[in-house]
Amino acid sequence: MSGNSSGPRPSFEPGPPSEAGPSFEQRLRTARERQGLDTPAGAQAKAGASGWGGGVQAGVELVSAELVAGAMGWGLDHLLHTLPLFLVIFVLLGGAAGVLNAFRRFAPANKPGR
Amino acid sequence: MAAGGTFKLEPLEQFALHPVLGPIGRAVNFTQANLTMAVAALLVLALLVYGTRARATIPGRWQSLAEMLYQFIHGMTIDQIGAEGRVFFPFVFTLFMFVLMGNLIGLIPFMFTYTSHIAITGALALFIITMVTAVGLRQHGLHFFSYFAPPGAPAVLMPLIVLIEIISYLSRPVSLSMRLFANMMAGHMILVVFASFAVVLGSLGLVGLVGAVVPFAVNIPLIGFELLVACLQAYVFAILTCIYLHDAVHLH
Repeated sequence: MSGNSSGPRPSFEPGPPSEAGPSFEQRLRTARERQGLDTPAGAQAKAGASGWGGGVQAGVELVSAELVAGAMGWGLDHLLHTLPLFLVIFVLLGGAAGVLNAFRRFAPANKPGR
Repeated sequence: MAAGGTFKLEPLEQFALHPVLGPIGRAVNFTQANLTMAVAALLVLALLVYGTRARATIPGRWQSLAEMLYQFIHGMTIDQIGAEGRVFFPFVFTLFMFVLMGNLIGLIPFMFTYTSHIAITGALALFIITMVTAVGLRQHGLHFFSYFAPPGAPAVLMPLIVLIEIISYLSRPVSLSMRLFANMMAGHMILVVFASFAVVLGSLGLVGLVGAVVPFAVNIPLIGFELLVACLQAYVFAILTCIYLHDAVHLH
């Protein structure tokens, strides 16, 4: 019995770790890597660190996009002497860009957010 | 309000720049910000040179610190950018250490926090975005501009999407610099406000002294919190740089 069980055991035990172990680890790592490339994994971890920090950061994204868009619109108006026109358009676009930025940084992990 | 009328609550005073190093400093407008930056750079250099000097198999405290910082940023750079990110490691590491040292030095009493000035964080962010754009153009040539036109978008929406993408791209340096600057400035302002409360209340006599314990006690965990923010913001600055570099290297 002992001879019987010792026969299959060595062949059974070292088999899976040497065969499935590294390949699974590798597959897991590549899968995680792929996931990390799809969504900013660091941003995800940061957002999880504290809800307050995440909220402030999303706010910063919104405000900065709005600022940049406002400056662009105002600059175009200044050049073309069409004062309110481009400012109005770009402020709206800036809002969209801000939401896009905030969403990209805090996109759900399972969705590859470009 | 207080008995000592000479004390004024000025939380913003700490951010004012003064020339240092006497007449030479005045002549070239060498302020305490410049001095602190030079000190920070020297400290980073000293930490890494001294830390890695022994090259022991079992590292001592300083070697451990230097190696941990190195490995942390090295791992982060490669995780975020991929294997190509190795090239950018020196850049990201320098940036991280400079910001981290600036944030930490600022927490020492009477020291200046240069990362609380948007001129400095803005300059860093502009440098980063310029470099990211240059990397993107060098790697992909004019194909880099396809970054602003995501594949699969309907042609009708293209003008709108391209504009939004451009705004989104250009807002990166703004949000990058604003985040660091606002965090550092807000933290240091809160510290001064509570410390001032303690001083003002303390000058009101015995009742005031008892009351002054409260803002003083608030400041103690706040210092700990600021320590966390100092490290976290340096990390955020570095990791966002990595994410932007990743976008430039891989386009999406």
